[in-house]
Amino acid sequence: MPDEPLVLGIETSCDETGIGIVRGHTLLADALASSVEQHARFGGVVPEVASRAHLEALVPTMKRALDDAGVTLADVDAIAVTSGPGLAGALLVGVAAAKGWALAAEKPIYGVNHLAAHVAVDTLEHGPLPEPAVAMLVSGGHSSLLLVDDLTAGVTPLGATIDDAAGEAFDKVARLLGLGFPGGPIIDRSAREGDPRSIAFPRGLTAPKDQAAHRFDFSFSGLKTAVARWVEARERAGEPVPVADVSASFQEAVCDVLTAKAIDACRTNGVDTLVIGGGVAANSRLRVLAEERAAKHGIRVRVPRPALCTDNGAMVAALGSHLVAAGVAPSRLDLPADSAMGLTAVSVPG
Amino acid sequence: MLVLALDTATPASTAALVEVTADGLFGVTERRTVDPRAHGEKLAPEIAAVLADAGVRPRDLTAIVAGLGPGPFTGLRVGLATAASMGQALDIPTYGVCSLDALGRAAGPGRVLIATDARRREVYFGTYADGARVFGPEVAKPAEVAGIVAAASGNDVATASGSDAAAVTGNDQEAGGISLAGFVDRAAGEGALKYGDVFGLPVEEHLLYPPGAALVAIAAERIRAGAPSEILTPLYLRRPDAVEPTARKPVLT
Ligand SMILES: [Zn+2]
Repeated sequence: MPDEPLVLGIETSCDETGIGIVRGHTLLADALASSVEQHARFGGVVPEVASRAHLEALVPTMKRALDDAGVTLADVDAIAVTSGPGLAGALLVGVAAAKGWALAAEKPIYGVNHLAAHVAVDTLEHGPLPEPAVAMLVSGGHSSLLLVDDLTAGVTPLGATIDDAAGEAFDKVARLLGLGFPGGPIIDRSAREGDPRSIAFPRGLTAPKDQAAHRFDFSFSGLKTAVARWVEARERAGEPVPVADVSASFQEAVCDVLTAKAIDACRTNGVDTLVIGGGVAANSRLRVLAEERAAKHGIRVRVPRPALCTDNGAMVAALGSHLVAAGVAPSRLDLPADSAMGLTAVSVPG
Repeated sequence: MLVLALDTATPASTAALVEVTADGLFGVTERRTVDPRAHGEKLAPEIAAVLADAGVRPRDLTAIVAGLGPGPFTGLRVGLATAASMGQALDIPTYGVCSLDALGRAAGPGRVLIATDARRREVYFGTYADGARVFGPEVAKPAEVAGIVAAASGNDVATASGSDAAAVTGNDQEAGGISLAGFVDRAAGEGALKYGDVFGLPVEEHLLYPPGAALVAIAAERIRAGAPSEILTPLYLRRPDAVEPTARKPVLT
C-alpha cells in the first residue's frame, strides 16, 4: 500500500447518502445526496423512506464523487463503508453497494464505525490528532463522549445519551414550537433573538447523585418534556409563547450540559484536545461555549467545518485511510451491517 | 456471454452464473443460502464463490440480471444495491426481472399460482400460464387471493361452489365463495408452501425460490440485443409505513 492511500468512503447510516474520496489526509471529493426533505413532514427521519432514497442515490452519487476527484474505481486502494451504528435498513443498502463495488473492482473493503469516522474526519482539516483526545459527537442519531487513544485500534466510550440524542431534542422542540424540521439550524437562528437566561430549563444528569453512574452520560428527554410543559402552561393561560426566549433557553440548557461534561471528560483524563463532531457541532452557541470553557483549562477545541460535521462520505474515507496506513487488515465480504455496532474495534475485523 | 444473476426477494440469497449464447442458455453454477435475515452477509460471498467455482473474474461478466421483487424490502435492496454497484464498477448493463416471473417461468407449462411470503400474514403473488404472467404482481392476505384473481379475470365462474360450501367446509380459500381452483391448477413459491392450506392447491415443493437461470432466461433477449442498462427499481407494492404527526399530545395533566 502507498503512504498516501486513495480511499473511497461510503456512508448511509441515516438520511444522507455520502461518498467521499481521500488521498492520505487530503480530501478529493465529498459527494452527498440527502433525503432530508422527504422526512420533513414526518418531523423526523423515517427509516424506510431513507433506505429507499439510499438505493436510488448510491450509483449517481458514486459517479459524482469519482468525477469530482478525477479518479476511477480502478485507481482506488481500498473501499471503506459505515458498518454501524445507525438505521439497520439504511446501513444495509450502503454495505451491499460497497461490497458490489469492492467485489467488482477487486478492492479490499473496510466496514468501519460511524462514530470513529466522525472523529477521523477532523484530521482532513486540522491534521493529525494528538492522542489521547476526547471526542464529543452530537447529532440527531447519537450523543457520545469518547476517549480516543488510537483512532485505528480502538476508542473508549466514556458516556452517551440514555434517552434522546441531542439533535433529536432540537427536532422535537422545534416541532412543538411549530418551527419545522430539522430543528438544529432553526432553533439556532430563533435563539439569536432570545434571552438564554429567561427560562431555567433542567440540566439532565448533572445532579450530584448522578455523578457516580452517569458522570459522562446525557439525558435530553426530561428537558424536552420541561419545554413542552412550559409552552403548554403559557398557552393554557392564554398568553403568547415567546418563541425566541424558549429557543434560546432550551439551546442554552443543551449546550451547557454538553460542554460541561466534555470539559470534565478532558480534565478527568488529562487530555488537552477536544474534538466536536456530528450535526449539532454546527450549533453556533455550542461552539462559542465550548471554546470559552476549554480556554479556561488550556484545552484546544477542534471542530471541522459544518459540511464535515454532519454525516458524509469523507469521514468514512478519512477513517479508512487511517486504517490502511496503519496496516489494519481489511474486513471480509460477509461483514455485517450492525445497527448497534460498538467501539471495541474501529473496523470489522477481517 | 457470461451473465451474473442475483435474487434476494425471498428468504433465499441467490447468486448464479449463466452462459447466454445466440440460441441457448446454460447454467454454469449457482449458490443459495436460505436465511431471511442474512442477505447482507451471504450474498457477496456467494458471488465471489460462483466466480471462483467457474474460474472467472468479475471483468469476465457481460451483464447482470437482478430480481426486482416483490419481496421484503430490506433483503430485496441488498440484491439490487449489489447488482447496481457491480454493474457500475464493471461498466456492464444491469437488467431487472420480476422475481415472481422467474418462479412462474421455472414452473413451466400449465396454470400456476406463484406466491412468496410478504410477511405481516400476506403474500406477494401472481398467476402464470405456460410460464407467462397472467395476473400480478400483487400483495394481499392469502384468503383474499382467490377473490382478487377472480375479480381481475372478470369472471366469477368459480363462485359456483357458493357460500353454503364455504360455511360447511369452513375453508379460508372459500371465504366469499371463491376458489382458486377455477383459475390455476397448482402453486409454487415459499408463500404457497406456507399458506398451502389456505390456497387449497397442490404445491410444488421443489420450486420455492427464484432460480438464477430463470431470471436470465427472461432477460435473454435484452442481453443478446445489448439493450440499454436499466435502473434497478424494486417492485415495492407497498408504501412506506410513516404517519404524519398529528396535533401535539398534552403533557400537563
Ligand atoms: Zn453521525
